[in-house]
Amino acid sequence: MALLEIRSLSKVYQRDSQAIPVFEDIDLDIDTGEFLVLMGPSGSGKTTLLNLIAGLDEPTTGTITVGGEEVTAMSRRQLAAWRSDHVGFIFQLYNLLPVLTAYQNVELPLLLTHLSKKERREHVMTALEVVGLSDRADHFPRQLSGGQEQRVAIGRAIVSDPTLILADEPTGDLDAKSADEILTLMQRLNREFSKTILLVTHDQRAAERGEAIMHLDKGVLTR
Amino acid sequence: MKYARLIWVNLTRNKRRTILTALSVAAALFLFVSLRSVVTALEDAGEVGSETRMITRNAISIAFLLPEAYYSRLVAVPGVKSVTWAAWFGGVYRDPRDWFASLAIKADSYLPMYPEFIIPAEQRQAFMAEHTAAIVGSGLMERFGWRLGQTVNLRSTIFAPDQEWPFTIRAVYEPSEPAVGDEWFLFHWEYLYENTGGRMTPGWYVLQIEDPALAASVARSVDDQFRNSRAATRTETERAFQTSFLTMWGNVGMLINVIGMAVFFAILLVAANAMMMAARERTSEVAVLKTLGFGDRLLSTLVLVEAAAISVAGGLLGVLGAKLFFDGTEFQGAGFLPGFEVKWVTIAIGMAIAVVLGLVSGLLPAWQATRLPVAGTLRRAA
Ligand SMILES: Nc1ncnc2c1ncn2[C@@H]1O[C@H](COP(=O)(O)OP(=O)(O)OP(=O)(O)O)[C@@H](O)[C@H]1O
Ligand SMILES: [Mg+2]
Repeated sequence: MALLEIRSLSKVYQRDSQAIPVFEDIDLDIDTGEFLVLMGPSGSGKTTLLNLIAGLDEPTTGTITVGGEEVTAMSRRQLAAWRSDHVGFIFQLYNLLPVLTAYQNVELPLLLTHLSKKERREHVMTALEVVGLSDRADHFPRQLSGGQEQRVAIGRAIVSDPTLILADEPTGDLDAKSADEILTLMQRLNREFSKTILLVTHDQRAAERGEAIMHLDKGVLTR
Repeated sequence: MKYARLIWVNLTRNKRRTILTALSVAAALFLFVSLRSVVTALEDAGEVGSETRMITRNAISIAFLLPEAYYSRLVAVPGVKSVTWAAWFGGVYRDPRDWFASLAIKADSYLPMYPEFIIPAEQRQAFMAEHTAAIVGSGLMERFGWRLGQTVNLRSTIFAPDQEWPFTIRAVYEPSEPAVGDEWFLFHWEYLYENTGGRMTPGWYVLQIEDPALAASVARSVDDQFRNSRAATRTETERAFQTSFLTMWGNVGMLINVIGMAVFFAILLVAANAMMMAARERTSEVAVLKTLGFGDRLLSTLVLVEAAAISVAGGLLGVLGAKLFFDGTEFQGAGFLPGFEVKWVTIAIGMAIAVVLGLVSGLLPAWQATRLPVAGTLRRAA
C-alpha cells in the first residue's frame, strides 16, 4: 500500500455564483521514501493540491489517505493534530516568524509535543545541524539571507520528523546558488533520512533533482 | 509554560501600543478605585451615625437655628434619656480653603453622648475647666502642625468674619474608628454664646433615646409638638441624618456607578481595538502556525492570555497606584470623607474588572484566529 493515496479528487472553487473547477477526478499514489516533483503552469492547481493533501483545504469530492488515515474525513481539530505529527510544509516565502530566532522558529512544532525542554533542545539542534545552521541558532530571520531563511524553514519542517514533506516552490524566490543548496539539502533529506517529499516547482533544473516528475495541466495529472 | 515566549514576543513587538493600552487600562482602574473608595467611605460614614442618637433640626434647613427654649420640652419627651446641642462654627485657620469641621458643643452633655471621641481623662478635665479651650482631632493636629497647649486663632465664616477667635488646644481626641474622622474641632458653646452678644441659639439638638425601637415615636412626638411653633422641627436618627447629608447632591453612588460603567466601556473599546490591530497584523503568522498544527483552542488561548496580560498589567498599575497615592497623601476629601481609604476588597474588584476587560477585549480577535482560513490567507499574503 502506498503512503499517500489520492482517489477521484476534485476541487471546484465557488466564486459568487460561478463555479471554478481546478481539477477533477485525480488519482495519485506516492510510496514511502519517494521524491516526487509536481510541475504545471501557473493557476493549474498545484498549490491547491498541496493544501488538500495537508488538510488545509477541503476537496469537493474524493478522498486522501496518508499512512492508512483518511485525511479528508477528519475534523478540524483532528487535522491540526494530524498535521503536527505527519506533515512538514515548506513555503516559497519561508514564512518564518520574524520575532523569533532561528532556534525558536524551528522549535515551534515541538511545542505541540510532550517533549521536555531538554529534549526539544536536542531535536532543534539536530535539525539546525542537518540544514547547516547550528551557528545561526540565535539569529533572527532579518539577520539571515533568503537561502538561510529557507534552510531554517526546512529545519522547522523536519524537526518533528514528519511522514511527508510538502514544498511549494521552495526555490522560487532564491538566486541560482541558494536554490541549488536548498535542492541539494532536500535530496539529502530524501536519501539519507528517507523522507517522502512532494516538491512543486516551475524550474526544470529543480525538477531534475526528483526521482519522478508529474505534470498538472488543465485539470489533468500525468505521471 | 512553554508558550510564554510566544506570548511575550507578541506583547513586545509593538511596545508603544502595548504600553499605551496598558496605561489607558491603568488610568481607568485608577479612576474606578478612586470613585469606588468614595462610595465605600460614604457608606461607612453612614454607618457610624448612632441608632440611639437622634438629631432635631430646623425643618426648613440645617442652616436655620432652633430656640433655646426647646431644650426643656425635648427632655420631657417620653423615651428621651438626655439632650444636648451644638452649632456650626465654620472656622477657618489662615487659608479659608483648608476646610475642617468646627462645632460649638454643650460640652457637659455632649461629650458623654459621643464616646467615639476618645480623650485622655486629664485632657478632658483641662478642657472642661477652661472657657476658650478646644478639643482637636489627631489628624487635624497633624495637618496644621499644632501642639497640645498651643493657642490658635480661627476666623468664622459665619460669625463676624473679621474677628479672630483665640482657642487653646487642651485635648486631642482619637476616633474610635476611622470613619468617625480625626479632623474635628470642638469647643465650648458658652464661648460662642458670649462672643455673639448672647443672641446665639442651638443649631441642632441631639437626643439620646432609650431604645432604637423608640426612634419613630420620638420623632413623631417631637415634630408634632413644634409643628405650629416659631420653628418647626425635623427629627431623625443620626444615621439617617448623616446619610441624607452625605447624599445631598443627589444619588452619589448611582452617579459614580454610571461613570464607572461608561469608563469601563470606553476602555474596553480601546483595549479591544488594540488587540484587533495586533491580531490583524499577524494573520499570516496565525495561518503559518495552523499549518504547523497549532489548533484553534491553543491559538485563541494565546490571544486571550495576551489580551489579559496587557489588561492585568495595566490594572495592577492603576489599582496599586491608587492605593499608594491615597495612602501616601492620607486623602480624606479635605475632611468631607473621613476614613477614606482604598480597601483591599476594592482592589480585588478592580483586578477582577481588569481580568474581565482583558478577556473580553481578546474575545473577537481570538474568535477570528480560529475562523481564519489557512489556504486563503497564505495565498493573499504571498
Ligand atoms: N479561494 C479561491 N477562490 C477561487 N478561486 C481560487 C481560490 N484559490 C485558488 N483559486 C483558483 O484556483 C486555481 C488554482 O490555483 P493554485 O494556486 O492552486 O495554482 P498554482 O498551480 O499553485 O499556481 P502558481 O504556479 O501560480 O502558484 C487558480 O485559477 C486560482 O485562481
Ligand atoms: Mg502555487
